[in-house]
Amino acid sequence: MTVDFCGIELAHPVVNASGTFDAIAAHRAFGDELLERFPFAAFVSKTVTLEPRQGNPPPRLWEVAGGLINSIGLPNKGLTGYLEHDLPFLAELPVPLIVNVMGFSRDEVADLVDAFAERPEVSALELNVSCPNVETGLIMGADPDETARLVNRVRPLTAKPLIVKLTPNATDVPAVAQAAQHAGADAISLINTIRGMALEPKSGEPWLGGVTGGVSGPAVRAIALAQVHAVAQTVEIPIVGMGGVQSGADARDLMRAGATLVAVGTESFRDPAAGQRVASELSELLAHTAV
Amino acid sequence: MTRRPAPFGRRRALVTESERHGAYFVIRCRDADGPPPGPGQFYMLSAAERWGGGQAERPFLPRAFSVLRADGGELQFLIEDVGPGTNRLSELGPGDELAIVGPLGNGFTPPSEGRAALLVGGGVGIAPLAIWQDALGDRATTLLGFRDAAHAAGAALLANPTVATDDGSVGHHGLVTELLEDELDERADEIEVYACGPPAMLEAVRAVSVARSVPAQLALESGMACGFGACFGCVVPTTDGYIRLCVDGPVLQASQLESTLVAGAGH
Repeated sequence: MTVDFCGIELAHPVVNASGTFDAIAAHRAFGDELLERFPFAAFVSKTVTLEPRQGNPPPRLWEVAGGLINSIGLPNKGLTGYLEHDLPFLAELPVPLIVNVMGFSRDEVADLVDAFAERPEVSALELNVSCPNVETGLIMGADPDETARLVNRVRPLTAKPLIVKLTPNATDVPAVAQAAQHAGADAISLINTIRGMALEPKSGEPWLGGVTGGVSGPAVRAIALAQVHAVAQTVEIPIVGMGGVQSGADARDLMRAGATLVAVGTESFRDPAAGQRVASELSELLAHTAV
Repeated sequence: MTRRPAPFGRRRALVTESERHGAYFVIRCRDADGPPPGPGQFYMLSAAERWGGGQAERPFLPRAFSVLRADGGELQFLIEDVGPGTNRLSELGPGDELAIVGPLGNGFTPPSEGRAALLVGGGVGIAPLAIWQDALGDRATTLLGFRDAAHAAGAALLANPTVATDDGSVGHHGLVTELLEDELDERADEIEVYACGPPAMLEAVRAVSVARSVPAQLALESGMACGFGACFGCVVPTTDGYIRLCVDGPVLQASQLESTLVAGAGH
């Protein structure tokens, strides 16, 4: 079931969604068995920003029908902390490493891409564009022109594959994907979480510390399938499809809709080894039917 | 002490018994292959079948429970039916299966030299104190607080507890922290406090322990999606910023915290 993804050979098509699996914390919890049975064909690390971030105030989670809303706020150690504390361990994982980065301006994203551009430990970069550009106020990935300007700015900085992770909270997602491809992106990944909200039942006040959050889990699967399908009609570059994948059949659906790779996110919260199960179910299905 | 890590992934555990104790029930399951948990560690539990699809299509995520007791490949959990997850767990009986991940997190550590353990528990939070009392050999003074007589039935799960109830129906009429203050009045310099319970109780324990310079280990609770550091959802503020309760707790030193009253805790 090996897959070529932007020139990277992967053992199977199942990876993790950024921010849904911390390999370092999981190694503390599960020991070396995690590495012996690593559930993903590549590891996508949690979003790295230039400066350290504490993330949003709690509460950060709310369970909904078939999923949850999270308002985590991208806590991370910042670029320096990541390079010093996280990268050495992640480089030793048995699979290729994809680093997800986000900046609050094009220059910030450029600094981050530049920092990883020559790193041999890093196989590819994923740009999280679900973030406001502090200079324009626009969510970068909500607008095709903003996205094009960002990808144009960072494309010359690295020869590594650049994956643009799209937000579903945009008016015309395929147009954004097309702009990213035109500006030199090597792949598209989608969907990120869909903006949602919960109220505390008694007080009626927003439950989440961040007021709104992102919905994930099987509740968003049909939306993910439609968006992956629409983007696949628009671009020629490979797609990493994700959103509510719980089984090999869900993964195959996304591949039938046009995805080359499939990411497992929220399901890993329910079962840390979910990625491995999805990959083996998918392998079984692909052996018996055509995608 | 180095503990064996949890097996990677979710595994099934056969339920052997579910027994009522007043407002609570104790669910027992076989986990022959799992490593023995440490006192204060927890598991993520879900029903192996029909987890989801209940009222409003919940539960969806597994729920975190401190282990009540563990012996010879059997795990016990103390549960109160308060929501969709615990309601589904309350339906399980012998022959049904749990899906479990664990043991997870950092548990209690022995008292410092020259101090004796004093256990303070409230409500369903008495669970980790039972396995800790077992490990300490029943010597620890144990103070437990409950809402009323139905909940105080849970006190029988620990050895020789002194009980307080909010309504005075069993034992001391008042708060368990009043019993704690009496103990501290007598021998504050001989005690290390171990506490688990609702946020307001834990906060009172934290405040009095810090005020009297008594070391205290507090087992906190927070809504968790995963239990192994993946979701970053269970953070609590500490003197060192936010930490994930699942991998950096759930047992924290009172001195690490400015308050246990974290928004959303105890929901």
